[in-house]
Amino acid sequence: MPHHGAGEELVVDTIKTKVDSVRAPVSADARVVSGQAPVKPARPRKRRRQWLPYVLLIPAVVMELMIHIIPMLIGVMMSFFKMTQLYLGNWRQAPFAHLDNYRLAMDINQPAGKALLHSFVVTIAFTVLVLVFSWSLGLFAAVLTQRPFRGRGIVRTLLLIPFALPIFASVITWNFMAQRDTGVINHVLVNQLHLTQGNPFWLIGGNSFITITLVVIWRTWPFAFLMMSAGMQSIPADVYEAAVLDGAGIVTQLRRVTLPLLAPVNRVLVLVLFLWTFNDFTTPYTLFGDTTPAQADLISIHIYQNSFGTWNFGTGSAMSVLLLLFLMVVTGFYLVLVNRRTDSA
Amino acid sequence: MRLNKTATAAVAGLIMLPLAACGSTTATTGSGSAKSGATLTYWASNQGTSLDNDKQVLSPELAKFTKQTGIKVNLEVVPWADLLNRVLAATTSGKGPDVVNIGNTWSSSVQATGAFLPFDDATLTAIGGKSRFLAGSMSATGVAGQPPAAVPIYSMAYGLYYNKKQFKAAGISSPPKTWDDFVIDAKKLTTPSHWALSLEAGSKTENIHTAFTLSQQQGGSFFDSSGKATFNTPQNVAALKQYVDFMQTDKIVNPSDAQYSNGTEALKDFATGTTSMVFWQAAQASLKQLGMSPDDIGVAPVPLPAKLPAGGRPVTSMVAGINLGIFKNTKSKDAAIAFVKFMTSTPEQEVLNKTYGSLPSVTDAYSDPAFQTPNVLVIKDVLSNSAAPMPQASGESQFEKLVGAAMSSLFADAATGKPVTNGQIAGALAAAQQQVTN
Amino acid sequence: MHEPNWFRWTRRVGLFLLMVFTLIPIYVMVSSAVKPLQDVQGVFTWWPSHFTLAPFRDMWTTIPLARYFINSLVVATASSLASVLIALLAAYSISRYRFRGRQTFTVVVLSTQMFPGILFLLPLFVMFVNIGNATGINLYGSRLGLILTFLTFTLPFAIWMLIGYIDSIPRELDEAALVDGNGPLGALFRVVVPAAIPGIVAVAIYAFMTAWGEVLFASVMTDDTTRTLAVGLRGYATQNNVYWNQIMAASLTVSVPIVIGFLLLQRFMVAGMTAGSVK
Repeated sequence: MPHHGAGEELVVDTIKTKVDSVRAPVSADARVVSGQAPVKPARPRKRRRQWLPYVLLIPAVVMELMIHIIPMLIGVMMSFFKMTQLYLGNWRQAPFAHLDNYRLAMDINQPAGKALLHSFVVTIAFTVLVLVFSWSLGLFAAVLTQRPFRGRGIVRTLLLIPFALPIFASVITWNFMAQRDTGVINHVLVNQLHLTQGNPFWLIGGNSFITITLVVIWRTWPFAFLMMSAGMQSIPADVYEAAVLDGAGIVTQLRRVTLPLLAPVNRVLVLVLFLWTFNDFTTPYTLFGDTTPAQADLISIHIYQNSFGTWNFGTGSAMSVLLLLFLMVVTGFYLVLVNRRTDSA
Repeated sequence: MRLNKTATAAVAGLIMLPLAACGSTTATTGSGSAKSGATLTYWASNQGTSLDNDKQVLSPELAKFTKQTGIKVNLEVVPWADLLNRVLAATTSGKGPDVVNIGNTWSSSVQATGAFLPFDDATLTAIGGKSRFLAGSMSATGVAGQPPAAVPIYSMAYGLYYNKKQFKAAGISSPPKTWDDFVIDAKKLTTPSHWALSLEAGSKTENIHTAFTLSQQQGGSFFDSSGKATFNTPQNVAALKQYVDFMQTDKIVNPSDAQYSNGTEALKDFATGTTSMVFWQAAQASLKQLGMSPDDIGVAPVPLPAKLPAGGRPVTSMVAGINLGIFKNTKSKDAAIAFVKFMTSTPEQEVLNKTYGSLPSVTDAYSDPAFQTPNVLVIKDVLSNSAAPMPQASGESQFEKLVGAAMSSLFADAATGKPVTNGQIAGALAAAQQQVTN
Repeated sequence: MHEPNWFRWTRRVGLFLLMVFTLIPIYVMVSSAVKPLQDVQGVFTWWPSHFTLAPFRDMWTTIPLARYFINSLVVATASSLASVLIALLAAYSISRYRFRGRQTFTVVVLSTQMFPGILFLLPLFVMFVNIGNATGINLYGSRLGLILTFLTFTLPFAIWMLIGYIDSIPRELDEAALVDGNGPLGALFRVVVPAAIPGIVAVAIYAFMTAWGEVLFASVMTDDTTRTLAVGLRGYATQNNVYWNQIMAASLTVSVPIVIGFLLLQRFMVAGMTAGSVK
């Protein structure tokens, strides 16, 4: 099994995972070979051509610098200044704030820090739930539609619609559905199924967490379904045939063949889903508008309201930097974890 | 990943570039005398029933202005939800309109950013003199002792709007004057299928306006004399508790109102007869538009405590209104001043305030009979005698956002059945206070 | 292949429940779009009291929907094209050449995926304003500024996907083109690009969809003339009435092209993302 040394190459290749041809011993215990397209040894290129790759990269590098790297560095810088509405007109005169913004954000005994921690916890809970349910439903549906049956094409197409809809359209619809007095959710629960009495609120109060989690699961699971379906498509039939010959039933096939071979796809899928869900701003913003309930105070909208909402850009930037650090740590851990598992495979 | 030295240097160099290129927004003093033929950009606020409605009301007046002075005006009507952010964005970027409506409560915050042209004595004289304006409205134009950041054009105050027909049917002969009577009357009006009072309980602005009034009555204040935030005081807590109790204890407000955040829903409930009372500013015109019969519309001052607590003030409303300001960066200062003069001229004051149902901010406009009807006189009386300006501190706009949001949250708790205690209110106010930076 | 009965039934029930879950909001959207205003202001009804297409007519006037639509279209198309082009060049470079800085670039680009958008918001705002003041090129509040901003989201993913895709295109194709006398760029455009169409389409779709639905930056970086649909639709809720039926009608109208496009082209997107395996 091609084994690359730890380091950048492995990281890069892991991130670049795609489901490739499987070269595995045929057995019920199919092992995963995390392979990549065989890398051809670089042909010695003529010296004078070596400027071309750099030139081709220039537009991307310029854009990345301009819209990612530099703004991020400016954002980091801003977190060390007291950038409030008073200094917006002439922000060069904003006073240097040392670590005050960070202290404010991280002091969990004070209201601001406490609120940030609370928001963080809410976001973690939300992300985990969305991830677990989206992935599970995606896998469930992918397995169910793996083999052809009549109407499979239509079913697949319909199930993808939530992901295809622009986010604001679907969230506005859910907002309408969750209205206390005029929405379908309460109509069904209270008037038709009589499951509960007295119209509950779905957009304020404790239920708002359930609502936003449900909305995001609704929108996200089709993506997991899509990715895993695609991944499954490229598992050759003979692997399954061999497993069947060995006496494996459907569930065993799932455990021993499908999941291991989907591992490369899943590695990326889980990471991407985590990042997208954790950073989601559009959903809470469209679902709750300006008044986000504390129980559904996701971190991106929390930071937005504490920077643009109150024009305290110093603290807002500090919180964004903290968020970034957290995500980097998590991603780092994840990649290390994932690489170690591939190493030991 | 190791960035090699060259890459690091390159990145560092590139960071310096935009920093060098940008500077503070420079104030361009207005270009001399060439004002005819200039074009002004005017951001108007949403005073009518829709953005389109405002355009229809203002366009003929702006045409008059162009005819008189040769100055063209580009009008944009900005919804309330966006206006403060747009103004602050214009402040940061230095790119904004020439003249803009602001809520008068924002005057101090806007003043602190230094982006608005101060109306010093010379400028005030140029538009006709300070004494023309209502004293009450003039007090809400910025920090006391500094030249106003903007001048009042529409003046308003809160009143208790009540449905005369429903009052009569319930056997209530006159609107309540004290809070005790108010709750008694409200309970009479509340039935299993009808609520007495509608509140825009999810709206930050409506919440703090009422909170301010109640706090004044309790003798509290949200800022001290040096401009420092003093949200978490027993008087403020008592004021907020009284307000939330309408929903949770007195049960005269539909819990669903905790979702009302548009600035329109509570009034609509009142107009359609779904509720019998609402606290609102200058609602006459909107109520007629919503189909309410003028005979049913009654208005009285907001109630007071039967006995004012120590330090309490007989305040029934904040000084509400819209001010008109000029951005310092305007390239047509003289044209902008001419525009302000036009908008504060007596004929324009009469026309616009008549249409919008607000009150003129200049005293000589009151001779018009339109401003002499009983309902208008009630509001005028409130404005002159029992209205107080919101705190004129630079942290005021943050106060609106933070305390307003806290109150919406408290109402949400009350609506979903979680009891709201004094302790919780104190905690919420303390949290809001900590986030004010000035 | 042998399918046990329990599996068949699980499939029927499972897929049915998932379909219900998926389609109820769609039904609500569609049915509300043909309801008169009273229907959407009272208790929810499954069926309209009477069908009306008035919402589809009125929605154009309640807010300037046409303008928002055009803005969204222009911005999304432009950022999609820009993403594809820039990413294509970069991906070709990374895939076909080995050079110093290659790993660094790839890792940096990919790691920007995890940056929260909120971190860039104010810096970009301040940068655009100052560039505008310094050079006269108006970025803040303009469509160009928004297009550039959207590249923030779309470029890393686009580069990543295209690298994978181009990697899977055998180098023999390149070699053949070079032997025929084309330069590397000729090889790129004559041979690699046609072979990479699924990946390119996938990237274009992704970039378009992202730009179409983006709310955070669009809400800050636009004014009334350049506002996009994502932000503009909220305008339906600020009038005296909340015109839910028009909101649903507008949402439907602006979504249908996207959804149809996505569904037709999603196989390209899938092929693009799982490149290299289908032989």
